[in-house]
Amino acid sequence: MTRVIGMRCRECGTDYPVQATHVCEMCFGPLDVVYDYDAIKRAISREKIAAGPPSMWRYRDLLPVEDDVPVVTLGEGFTPLVLAERLGAELGLSRLYLKNDTMNPTNSFKDRVVSVAISWARAHGFETIGCASTGNLANAVAAYSARAGLESFVFIPADLEPAKIISTSVFGPNLVAVRGNYDQVNRLCSQLVESYPWAFCNINVRPFYAEGSKTLDFETAEQLGWQVPDEVIIPIASGCQFVKHHRAWGELLDLGLAEGERQPALTGAQALGCAPVYNAWRDGTDQVMPVKPDTIAKSIAIGNPSDGTYVIRMARETGGVVEAVSEQEIVDSIKLLARTEGIFTETAGGVTIGVLAKLARAGRWKGNETIVAYVTGHGLKTADAVAGPDGTAHRFEIDPTLKSFREVVEV
Amino acid sequence: MARRRVKLIFGRELVTEPVIYQLGKNYEIVSNIRRADVTRDEGWVLLELTGEPDELEKGVAYLESRGIRVEPAEGDLVE
Repeated sequence: MTRVIGMRCRECGTDYPVQATHVCEMCFGPLDVVYDYDAIKRAISREKIAAGPPSMWRYRDLLPVEDDVPVVTLGEGFTPLVLAERLGAELGLSRLYLKNDTMNPTNSFKDRVVSVAISWARAHGFETIGCASTGNLANAVAAYSARAGLESFVFIPADLEPAKIISTSVFGPNLVAVRGNYDQVNRLCSQLVESYPWAFCNINVRPFYAEGSKTLDFETAEQLGWQVPDEVIIPIASGCQFVKHHRAWGELLDLGLAEGERQPALTGAQALGCAPVYNAWRDGTDQVMPVKPDTIAKSIAIGNPSDGTYVIRMARETGGVVEAVSEQEIVDSIKLLARTEGIFTETAGGVTIGVLAKLARAGRWKGNETIVAYVTGHGLKTADAVAGPDGTAHRFEIDPTLKSFREVVEV
Repeated sequence: MARRRVKLIFGRELVTEPVIYQLGKNYEIVSNIRRADVTRDEGWVLLELTGEPDELEKGVAYLESRGIRVEPAEGDLVE
Protein backbone atom coordinates (compact mmCIF):
# COMPACT_ATOMS: atom_id res chain seq x y z
CA MET A 1 0.00 0.00 0.00
CA THR A 2 1.31 3.47 -0.88
CA ARG A 3 0.01 5.66 1.89
CA VAL A 4 2.24 8.75 1.65
CA ILE A 5 1.05 10.83 -1.26
CA GLY A 6 3.02 14.01 -0.76
CA MET A 7 3.86 16.89 1.56
CA ARG A 8 1.90 20.05 2.31
CA CYS A 9 2.71 23.41 3.85
CA ARG A 10 0.89 23.91 7.15
CA GLU A 11 0.65 27.66 6.50
CA CYS A 12 -0.19 28.22 2.84
CA GLY A 13 -1.25 24.72 1.74
CA THR A 14 1.26 24.44 -1.13
CA ASP A 15 1.77 20.79 -2.11
CA TYR A 16 5.15 19.15 -2.68
CA PRO A 17 6.26 15.68 -3.80
CA VAL A 18 7.84 13.48 -1.13
CA GLN A 19 11.40 14.71 -0.58
CA ALA A 20 13.92 15.51 2.14
CA THR A 21 12.89 19.06 2.91
CA HIS A 22 11.08 20.68 5.78
CA VAL A 23 10.27 24.25 4.74
CA CYS A 24 7.82 25.61 2.19
CA GLU A 25 9.68 27.47 -0.56
CA MET A 26 6.77 29.90 -0.89
CA CYS A 27 6.13 31.07 2.67
CA PHE A 28 8.77 29.25 4.80
CA GLY A 29 6.02 27.43 6.71
CA PRO A 30 6.60 23.87 7.99
CA LEU A 31 5.81 20.88 5.75
CA ASP A 32 3.73 17.92 6.89
CA VAL A 33 3.41 14.46 5.40
CA VAL A 34 0.14 13.92 3.47
CA TYR A 35 -1.44 10.47 3.71
CA ASP A 36 -4.04 8.70 1.59
CA TYR A 37 -6.49 8.22 4.46
CA ASP A 38 -8.98 6.35 2.26
CA ALA A 39 -6.36 3.68 1.59
CA ILE A 40 -5.34 3.63 5.26
CA LYS A 41 -8.94 3.24 6.36
CA ARG A 42 -9.30 0.17 4.15
CA ALA A 43 -6.10 -1.36 5.52
CA ILE A 44 -6.11 -0.59 9.23
CA SER A 45 -8.11 -2.19 12.05
CA ARG A 46 -7.75 -2.82 15.76
CA GLU A 47 -7.30 -6.53 14.99
CA LYS A 48 -4.47 -5.88 12.53
CA ILE A 49 -2.74 -3.64 15.06
CA ALA A 50 -3.10 -6.27 17.81
CA ALA A 51 -1.53 -8.88 15.52
CA GLY A 52 1.45 -6.58 14.78
CA PRO A 53 4.87 -6.56 16.44
CA PRO A 54 5.19 -5.58 20.12
CA SER A 55 6.77 -2.27 19.16
CA MET A 56 5.59 1.06 17.76
CA TRP A 57 5.76 -0.48 14.27
CA ARG A 58 2.38 -2.13 14.91
CA TYR A 59 1.00 1.29 13.83
CA ARG A 60 2.95 1.28 10.60
CA ASP A 61 -0.18 2.04 8.54
CA LEU A 62 -0.07 5.53 10.10
CA LEU A 63 3.68 6.11 9.65
CA PRO A 64 5.47 7.47 6.54
CA VAL A 65 7.50 4.30 5.87
CA GLU A 66 6.00 2.13 3.15
CA ASP A 67 5.33 -1.58 3.70
CA ASP A 68 8.18 -2.84 1.49
CA VAL A 69 10.84 -0.83 3.34
CA PRO A 70 12.92 -2.68 5.96
CA VAL A 71 12.68 -0.62 9.15
CA VAL A 72 15.61 0.26 11.40
CA THR A 73 14.45 -0.90 14.80
CA LEU A 74 15.76 -1.66 18.27
CA GLY A 75 12.31 -2.57 19.60
CA GLU A 76 11.28 1.01 20.38
CA GLY A 77 7.85 1.88 21.67
CA PHE A 78 5.03 -0.15 23.21
CA THR A 79 6.28 1.12 26.55
CA PRO A 80 4.20 0.59 29.72
CA LEU A 81 1.16 2.71 30.49
CA VAL A 82 1.15 2.64 34.28
CA LEU A 83 -1.87 3.36 36.49
CA ALA A 84 -0.22 5.68 39.03
CA GLU A 85 -2.23 4.93 42.16
CA ARG A 86 0.22 6.31 44.72
CA LEU A 87 1.08 9.49 42.83
CA GLY A 88 -2.59 9.86 41.96
CA ALA A 89 -3.53 9.60 45.63
CA GLU A 90 -1.10 12.42 46.49
CA LEU A 91 -2.61 14.59 43.77
CA GLY A 92 -6.27 13.62 44.24
CA LEU A 93 -6.50 11.83 40.88
CA SER A 94 -8.01 8.35 40.80
CA ARG A 95 -7.31 7.66 37.13
CA LEU A 96 -3.83 9.02 36.57
CA TYR A 97 -1.69 7.16 34.03
CA LEU A 98 1.99 7.54 33.20
CA LYS A 99 3.31 6.63 29.77
CA ASN A 100 6.75 5.40 30.76
CA ASP A 101 8.91 6.19 27.74
CA THR A 102 12.08 5.88 29.80
CA MET A 103 11.85 2.20 28.78
CA ASN A 104 12.89 2.82 25.17
CA PRO A 105 16.19 1.34 23.83
CA THR A 106 18.25 4.49 24.48
CA ASN A 107 15.96 5.48 27.35
CA SER A 108 14.07 8.33 25.77
CA PHE A 109 11.12 9.13 23.53
CA LYS A 110 13.61 10.08 20.80
CA ASP A 111 13.97 6.44 19.74
CA ARG A 112 10.49 6.61 18.22
CA VAL A 113 11.19 9.55 15.96
CA VAL A 114 14.71 8.48 15.03
CA SER A 115 13.58 4.98 14.10
CA VAL A 116 11.13 6.50 11.61
CA ALA A 117 13.63 9.11 10.33
CA ILE A 118 16.45 6.66 9.69
CA SER A 119 14.15 4.04 8.17
CA TRP A 120 12.83 6.67 5.77
CA ALA A 121 16.29 8.11 5.04
CA ARG A 122 17.90 4.74 4.28
CA ALA A 123 15.02 3.80 1.99
CA HIS A 124 15.49 7.08 0.12
CA GLY A 125 19.18 6.54 -0.54
CA PHE A 126 20.82 8.50 2.27
CA GLU A 127 24.08 7.02 3.50
CA THR A 128 24.84 9.51 6.27
CA ILE A 129 22.62 10.64 9.14
CA GLY A 130 23.14 13.90 11.01
CA CYS A 131 21.71 15.75 13.96
CA ALA A 132 22.33 18.64 16.33
CA SER A 133 21.62 17.59 19.87
CA THR A 134 22.01 18.25 23.55
CA GLY A 135 21.81 14.59 24.54
CA ASN A 136 18.78 12.41 23.90
CA LEU A 137 18.65 12.86 20.14
CA ALA A 138 22.42 12.30 19.94
CA ASN A 139 22.08 8.98 21.78
CA ALA A 140 19.28 7.81 19.52
CA VAL A 141 20.85 8.92 16.21
CA ALA A 142 24.19 7.31 17.09
CA ALA A 143 22.56 4.04 18.19
CA TYR A 144 20.12 3.71 15.28
CA SER A 145 22.77 4.68 12.71
CA ALA A 146 24.95 1.90 14.11
CA ARG A 147 22.03 -0.50 13.88
CA ALA A 148 21.40 0.54 10.26
CA GLY A 149 25.07 0.39 9.28
CA LEU A 150 25.01 4.05 8.26
CA GLU A 151 27.58 6.73 8.97
CA SER A 152 26.48 9.46 11.34
CA PHE A 153 27.57 12.96 12.28
CA VAL A 154 26.38 14.18 15.65
CA PHE A 155 26.94 17.85 16.48
CA ILE A 156 27.01 18.82 20.15
CA PRO A 157 27.99 21.91 22.12
CA ALA A 158 31.63 21.52 23.24
CA ASP A 159 30.68 22.00 26.89
CA LEU A 160 28.19 19.09 26.97
CA GLU A 161 28.48 16.94 30.10
CA PRO A 162 31.07 14.08 29.78
CA ALA A 163 28.48 11.38 30.56
CA LYS A 164 26.36 12.43 27.58
CA ILE A 165 29.40 12.53 25.29
CA ILE A 166 30.47 9.04 26.34
CA SER A 167 26.99 7.52 26.05
CA THR A 168 26.80 8.77 22.47
CA SER A 169 30.39 8.11 21.36
CA VAL A 170 30.17 4.43 22.31
CA PHE A 171 27.99 3.85 19.22
CA GLY A 172 30.77 5.10 16.94
CA PRO A 173 29.37 8.27 15.36
CA ASN A 174 31.50 11.14 14.07
CA LEU A 175 31.02 13.27 17.16
CA VAL A 176 31.64 16.95 16.45
CA ALA A 177 31.94 19.25 19.48
CA VAL A 178 31.17 22.82 18.41
CA ARG A 179 32.60 25.72 20.40
CA GLY A 180 29.28 27.51 20.80
CA ASN A 181 25.87 27.26 22.43
CA TYR A 182 22.97 25.04 21.36
CA ASP A 183 21.51 27.64 19.02
CA GLN A 184 24.85 28.07 17.25
CA VAL A 185 25.17 24.30 16.81
CA ASN A 186 21.76 24.18 15.20
CA ARG A 187 22.51 27.10 12.93
CA LEU A 188 25.72 25.48 11.75
CA CYS A 189 23.74 22.34 10.90
CA SER A 190 21.21 24.41 8.93
CA GLN A 191 24.12 25.58 6.77
CA LEU A 192 25.68 22.11 6.49
CA VAL A 193 22.44 20.61 5.20
CA GLU A 194 22.72 22.90 2.15
CA SER A 195 26.22 21.56 1.38
CA TYR A 196 26.20 17.84 2.22
CA PRO A 197 23.86 15.07 1.03
CA TRP A 198 22.98 14.01 4.56
CA ALA A 199 19.70 13.31 6.31
CA PHE A 200 19.59 15.60 9.33
CA CYS A 201 16.93 14.20 11.66
CA ASN A 202 15.97 17.57 13.07
CA ILE A 203 16.28 19.55 9.83
CA ASN A 204 15.62 18.23 6.32
CA VAL A 205 13.91 14.95 7.32
CA ARG A 206 11.99 16.60 10.14
CA PRO A 207 8.53 16.01 8.56
CA PHE A 208 9.11 12.22 8.59
CA TYR A 209 10.97 12.17 11.90
CA ALA A 210 8.17 14.03 13.65
CA GLU A 211 5.53 11.50 12.55
CA GLY A 212 7.09 8.95 14.93
CA SER A 213 5.76 11.04 17.84
CA LYS A 214 2.23 9.87 17.03
CA THR A 215 2.96 6.35 18.23
CA LEU A 216 2.90 7.56 21.85
CA ASP A 217 -0.78 8.42 21.41
CA PHE A 218 -1.62 5.30 19.42
CA GLU A 219 -0.17 3.16 22.20
CA THR A 220 -1.89 5.17 24.91
CA ALA A 221 -5.25 4.71 23.17
CA GLU A 222 -4.74 0.99 22.66
CA GLN A 223 -3.54 0.48 26.24
CA LEU A 224 -6.64 2.31 27.51
CA GLY A 225 -8.85 -0.12 25.56
CA TRP A 226 -9.20 2.35 22.68
CA GLN A 227 -10.68 5.02 24.91
CA VAL A 228 -9.68 8.69 24.61
CA PRO A 229 -8.37 10.13 27.89
CA ASP A 230 -9.69 13.44 29.17
CA GLU A 231 -6.32 15.19 29.21
CA VAL A 232 -2.71 14.52 28.23
CA ILE A 233 0.28 16.37 29.73
CA ILE A 234 3.13 16.82 27.26
CA PRO A 235 6.57 18.44 27.66
CA ILE A 236 7.16 21.26 25.18
CA ALA A 237 10.56 21.81 23.59
CA SER A 238 10.21 22.78 19.92
CA GLY A 239 6.51 21.93 20.10
CA CYS A 240 6.95 19.54 17.17
CA GLN A 241 5.91 16.56 19.31
CA PHE A 242 2.83 18.37 20.64
CA VAL A 243 1.59 19.12 17.12
CA LYS A 244 1.91 15.48 16.14
CA HIS A 245 0.01 14.33 19.23
CA HIS A 246 -2.84 16.54 18.05
CA ARG A 247 -2.64 14.91 14.63
CA ALA A 248 -2.52 11.41 16.13
CA TRP A 249 -5.66 11.78 18.25
CA GLY A 250 -7.42 13.25 15.23
CA GLU A 251 -6.40 10.24 13.12
CA LEU A 252 -7.56 7.78 15.78
CA LEU A 253 -10.98 9.41 15.94
CA ASP A 254 -11.38 9.99 12.19
CA LEU A 255 -10.46 6.39 11.37
CA GLY A 256 -12.82 5.07 14.04
CA LEU A 257 -10.05 3.31 15.96
CA ALA A 258 -10.59 5.17 19.23
CA GLU A 259 -13.91 5.80 20.92
CA GLY A 260 -14.68 9.31 21.99
CA GLU A 261 -16.51 12.46 21.04
CA ARG A 262 -13.45 14.69 21.00
CA GLN A 263 -9.68 14.90 21.28
CA PRO A 264 -8.19 14.86 24.77
CA ALA A 265 -7.31 18.27 26.17
CA LEU A 266 -3.65 18.70 25.24
CA THR A 267 -1.70 20.50 27.95
CA GLY A 268 1.89 21.67 27.52
CA ALA A 269 4.64 21.77 30.16
CA GLN A 270 7.69 24.03 30.17
CA ALA A 271 10.45 24.99 32.59
CA LEU A 272 10.22 28.63 33.65
CA GLY A 273 13.92 28.90 32.75
CA CYS A 274 13.00 28.35 29.10
CA ALA A 275 9.33 29.12 28.66
CA PRO A 276 8.72 30.99 25.39
CA VAL A 277 5.46 29.13 24.73
CA TYR A 278 4.20 29.55 28.28
CA ASN A 279 5.07 33.26 28.16
CA ALA A 280 2.95 33.74 25.03
CA TRP A 281 0.09 31.67 26.52
CA ARG A 282 0.18 33.75 29.71
CA ASP A 283 0.14 36.98 27.70
CA GLY A 284 -2.82 35.82 25.62
CA THR A 285 -0.99 35.87 22.29
CA ASP A 286 0.10 33.16 19.90
CA GLN A 287 3.20 35.13 18.88
CA VAL A 288 6.05 33.26 20.54
CA MET A 289 9.06 35.46 21.27
CA PRO A 290 12.42 33.64 21.54
CA VAL A 291 14.19 33.48 24.93
CA LYS A 292 17.68 32.53 26.08
CA PRO A 293 17.39 29.15 27.86
CA ASP A 294 18.59 28.87 31.45
CA THR A 295 17.27 25.67 33.02
CA ILE A 296 18.40 22.25 34.20
CA ALA A 297 15.80 20.75 31.83
CA LYS A 298 18.27 20.94 28.94
CA SER A 299 16.60 18.31 26.78
CA ILE A 300 13.59 20.62 26.30
CA ALA A 301 15.43 23.96 26.45
CA ILE A 302 14.56 25.38 23.02
CA GLY A 303 14.64 29.17 23.05
CA ASN A 304 13.15 29.61 19.57
CA PRO A 305 10.64 26.75 19.26
CA SER A 306 9.76 25.84 15.69
CA ASP A 307 6.13 24.96 16.49
CA GLY A 308 5.37 27.19 19.48
CA THR A 309 2.55 29.08 17.80
CA TYR A 310 0.80 25.85 16.82
CA VAL A 311 1.08 24.53 20.38
CA ILE A 312 -0.82 27.54 21.68
CA ARG A 313 -3.56 27.17 19.09
CA MET A 314 -3.95 23.43 19.70
CA ALA A 315 -3.92 23.72 23.48
CA ARG A 316 -6.65 26.36 23.21
CA GLU A 317 -8.67 24.37 20.66
CA THR A 318 -8.65 21.16 22.74
CA GLY A 319 -9.32 22.83 26.10
CA GLY A 320 -5.79 22.31 27.39
CA VAL A 321 -3.45 24.87 28.93
CA VAL A 322 0.27 25.69 28.92
CA GLU A 323 1.91 25.84 32.35
CA ALA A 324 5.49 26.17 33.62
CA VAL A 325 7.42 25.19 36.74
CA SER A 326 10.51 26.44 38.57
CA GLU A 327 13.85 24.64 38.85
CA GLN A 328 13.02 23.58 42.42
CA GLU A 329 9.64 22.23 41.33
CA ILE A 330 11.40 20.17 38.63
CA VAL A 331 13.72 18.55 41.17
CA ASP A 332 10.90 18.01 43.69
CA SER A 333 8.78 16.40 40.99
CA ILE A 334 11.52 13.98 39.90
CA LYS A 335 11.75 12.86 43.53
CA LEU A 336 7.97 12.73 43.95
CA LEU A 337 7.59 10.45 40.92
CA ALA A 338 10.45 8.20 42.02
CA ARG A 339 9.20 8.00 45.62
CA THR A 340 5.59 7.22 44.72
CA GLU A 341 5.84 5.16 41.54
CA GLY A 342 9.39 3.80 41.27
CA ILE A 343 9.99 5.63 38.00
CA PHE A 344 13.15 7.70 37.68
CA THR A 345 12.81 10.41 35.06
CA GLU A 346 15.17 13.03 33.71
CA THR A 347 14.59 16.74 34.19
CA ALA A 348 12.15 16.98 31.25
CA GLY A 349 9.97 14.40 33.02
CA GLY A 350 10.29 16.52 36.16
CA VAL A 351 8.79 19.39 34.17
CA THR A 352 5.86 17.24 33.03
CA ILE A 353 5.15 15.84 36.50
CA GLY A 354 5.69 19.30 38.00
CA VAL A 355 3.03 20.81 35.76
CA LEU A 356 0.70 17.87 36.45
CA ALA A 357 1.10 18.40 40.21
CA LYS A 358 0.75 22.16 39.95
CA LEU A 359 -2.49 21.93 37.99
CA ALA A 360 -3.89 19.17 40.25
CA ARG A 361 -3.15 21.17 43.40
CA ALA A 362 -4.74 24.26 41.83
CA GLY A 363 -7.97 22.28 41.42
CA ARG A 364 -8.01 21.89 37.64
CA TRP A 365 -9.65 18.44 37.86
CA LYS A 366 -12.51 16.94 39.89
CA GLY A 367 -10.45 13.79 40.49
CA ASN A 368 -12.14 11.09 38.40
CA GLU A 369 -10.94 12.19 34.97
CA THR A 370 -8.54 10.02 32.98
CA ILE A 371 -5.27 11.98 32.89
CA VAL A 372 -2.15 10.75 31.09
CA ALA A 373 1.33 12.23 31.58
CA TYR A 374 4.08 11.47 29.05
CA VAL A 375 7.33 10.70 30.88
CA THR A 376 9.81 10.97 28.05
CA GLY A 377 13.34 10.27 29.36
CA HIS A 378 15.23 8.29 31.99
CA GLY A 379 16.64 9.87 35.15
CA LEU A 380 20.11 8.39 34.75
CA LYS A 381 20.61 10.91 31.93
CA THR A 382 20.46 13.78 34.43
CA ALA A 383 21.12 12.05 37.75
CA ASP A 384 23.17 15.01 39.00
CA ALA A 385 19.94 17.06 39.13
CA VAL A 386 18.81 15.18 42.23
CA ALA A 387 22.23 14.84 43.89
CA GLY A 388 22.90 16.56 47.21
CA PRO A 389 25.35 19.46 47.60
CA ASP A 390 28.27 17.02 47.94
CA GLY A 391 27.39 15.33 44.67
CA THR A 392 25.89 12.27 46.29
CA ALA A 393 22.73 11.43 48.25
CA HIS A 394 21.59 10.95 51.86
CA ARG A 395 22.66 7.66 53.39
CA PHE A 396 23.53 6.17 56.79
CA GLU A 397 27.27 5.52 57.09
CA ILE A 398 28.14 2.85 59.66
CA ASP A 399 30.89 0.46 60.77
CA PRO A 400 30.36 -3.17 59.74
CA THR A 401 28.95 -4.08 63.17
CA LEU A 402 25.48 -4.65 64.56
CA LYS A 403 26.26 -2.13 67.30
CA SER A 404 27.04 0.62 64.83
CA PHE A 405 23.87 -0.11 62.85
CA ARG A 406 21.76 0.14 66.01
CA GLU A 407 23.45 3.37 67.04
CA VAL A 408 23.11 5.16 63.72
CA VAL A 409 19.99 3.82 62.08
CA GLU A 410 16.61 4.30 63.67
CA VAL A 411 14.35 1.39 62.78
CA MET B 1 26.10 32.58 -3.85
CA ALA B 2 24.50 31.37 -0.65
CA ARG B 3 21.05 31.85 0.76
CA ARG B 4 19.66 31.99 4.26
CA ARG B 5 16.11 31.87 5.54
CA VAL B 6 15.80 34.17 8.53
CA LYS B 7 13.18 35.60 10.81
CA LEU B 8 13.73 39.18 11.91
CA ILE B 9 12.04 40.08 15.17
CA PHE B 10 11.92 43.67 16.32
CA GLY B 11 10.28 45.85 18.94
CA ARG B 12 8.41 49.15 18.79
CA GLU B 13 11.49 51.36 18.43
CA LEU B 14 12.45 49.67 15.15
CA VAL B 15 9.03 49.30 13.53
CA THR B 16 9.44 52.58 11.65
CA GLU B 17 13.10 52.01 10.65
CA PRO B 18 13.75 50.91 7.02
CA VAL B 19 16.26 48.23 8.09
CA ILE B 20 15.64 45.87 5.16
CA TYR B 21 16.26 48.73 2.73
CA GLN B 22 19.46 49.60 4.59
CA LEU B 23 20.55 45.96 4.47
CA GLY B 24 20.34 45.93 0.68
CA LYS B 25 21.95 49.35 0.37
CA ASN B 26 24.92 48.67 2.66
CA TYR B 27 25.67 45.05 1.63
CA GLU B 28 25.56 42.95 -1.54
CA ILE B 29 22.47 41.14 -0.32
CA VAL B 30 19.18 40.51 -2.12
CA SER B 31 16.27 40.15 0.29
CA ASN B 32 12.90 38.62 -0.52
CA ILE B 33 10.04 38.88 2.00
CA ARG B 34 7.94 35.71 2.29
CA ARG B 35 5.70 36.49 5.26
CA ALA B 36 5.39 39.22 7.85
CA ASP B 37 3.31 40.45 10.74
CA VAL B 38 4.02 44.00 11.84
CA THR B 39 1.95 45.94 14.34
CA ARG B 40 2.48 49.27 16.05
CA ASP B 41 4.40 47.66 18.92
CA GLU B 42 6.35 44.79 17.39
CA GLY B 43 6.85 42.76 14.26
CA TRP B 44 8.47 39.84 12.53
CA VAL B 45 9.46 39.33 8.93
CA LEU B 46 10.43 36.07 7.23
CA LEU B 47 13.11 36.83 4.67
CA GLU B 48 15.21 34.97 2.18
CA LEU B 49 18.66 36.53 1.95
CA THR B 50 20.89 35.77 -1.04
CA GLY B 51 24.53 36.82 -1.36
CA GLU B 52 28.11 35.73 -0.88
CA PRO B 53 28.61 33.95 2.48
CA ASP B 54 30.85 36.71 3.87
CA GLU B 55 28.39 39.38 2.88
CA LEU B 56 25.51 37.47 4.51
CA GLU B 57 27.49 37.21 7.74
CA LYS B 58 28.17 40.94 7.71
CA GLY B 59 24.56 41.73 6.89
CA VAL B 60 23.21 39.61 9.75
CA ALA B 61 25.74 41.19 12.11
CA TYR B 62 24.52 44.62 10.97
CA LEU B 63 20.88 43.70 11.69
CA GLU B 64 21.83 42.40 15.14
CA SER B 65 23.83 45.57 15.82
CA ARG B 66 20.61 47.53 15.18
CA GLY B 67 18.86 45.56 17.92
CA ILE B 68 17.01 43.13 15.66
CA ARG B 69 16.80 39.53 16.72
CA VAL B 70 17.79 37.29 13.80
CA GLU B 71 16.59 33.69 14.08
CA PRO B 72 16.36 30.76 11.64
CA ALA B 73 13.05 31.12 9.77
CA GLU B 74 11.97 27.60 10.64
CA GLY B 75 12.75 27.85 14.36
CA ASP B 76 14.87 25.39 16.34
CA LEU B 77 14.46 21.73 16.95
CA VAL B 78 17.70 20.98 18.80
CA GLU B 79 16.94 18.33 21.39
